[in-house]
Amino acid sequence: MKIQLEKDNRTIEKKYSGKVSNLLKELDINPVTVIVLRDQEILTTQDSLRDSDEVIILSVISGG
Amino acid sequence: MHCSRCKKKPVILKPLLCKDHFIRYFEKKVHDTVKNFSLLSNKQKVVVATSGGKDSLTCLYLLKKFGYEPTALIIDEGIREYRKKTLEDLKTFCRKFKINLIKKEFEKEFGKTLDQILNSNSKNPCTVCGILRRYLLNKYSKGFDVIATGHNLDDEAQAVVMNLLRNNSDLLFRLGPVSGNKNVDKFTKRIKPLYFCSEKEIKIYSILNKITSRFTECPYVEEAYRMKVRDFLNDYEQKKPGTKKNIIESFLSMKKNYVSETKENTYCERCGEPSASDICNTCKLIKEIKLKV
Repeated sequence: MKIQLEKDNRTIEKKYSGKVSNLLKELDINPVTVIVLRDQEILTTQDSLRDSDEVIILSVISGG
Repeated sequence: MHCSRCKKKPVILKPLLCKDHFIRYFEKKVHDTVKNFSLLSNKQKVVVATSGGKDSLTCLYLLKKFGYEPTALIIDEGIREYRKKTLEDLKTFCRKFKINLIKKEFEKEFGKTLDQILNSNSKNPCTVCGILRRYLLNKYSKGFDVIATGHNLDDEAQAVVMNLLRNNSDLLFRLGPVSGNKNVDKFTKRIKPLYFCSEKEIKIYSILNKITSRFTECPYVEEAYRMKVRDFLNDYEQKKPGTKKNIIESFLSMKKNYVSETKENTYCERCGEPSASDICNTCKLIKEIKLKV
């Protein structure tokens, strides 16, 4: 799975399939602070991901 | 799992809503805040203090959508690599939505950028930035009836907690959807239409309505006490959803019963702006760090 981390301005590859909530847990990201997109679609923490997906994790926090 | 109001896929879990119902819910929440707290009338001229970030752009977008004809005002502090990006986003946005934009710069107003000011003294960046930015905001909003900001539920919950931790009851009870000391002459009313909207809700709304702004972080942010409070509240919100909303609702309930000490209004001897002391914080700072005004 390709995961683009907007806040860190980097992309990582990770083998994963399962719920969004568990992915965020594995990445040590608080779900309160992010929105996850797949093909420009907003996902909730209960949505399921496949290993072939490409996702973007956007920060919701104001920067200053 | 589907939207609580239809069969479509949800974009948010609390409340459980699809794209269309979420947009309606969000806009109604902002509209109700404006109405229930008498923030703004159609006859009033409103300026939105804008950073180019998602919150102030969303505030501008909604006030325009609701028919208020807002003007955007941005203060460019001259922070390297930060303000340039947000300013570009703001200019693009204002062009797209035909909103008048006023831009003022620290360098032109004070003779130095914030970076240059901080290079030559060891003051807290947020304190210096806040004082000087508010000075310019006051100065260039004189022709307007109301100043709106994009402050949201998260910002306000942080502010409530910070003021509690510092025992600043006077500052604490000035917070709210309408903030500041309303009884002072020369004071332009400040309003927060997004007061009850969380950062997450604002982000979702901005994505769905293509109100784009890049993620940028002020390079001075890590020094801010607020960031520690922010992280603490986000950790707690994860464990106990609704925490921030509860903080705000408790605060508003306490505020109803708070009676502030009546003080005679005073004005700065140097600039004439409302001030708690003979010389206001801005004039003291300008003198101390030798800025040209």
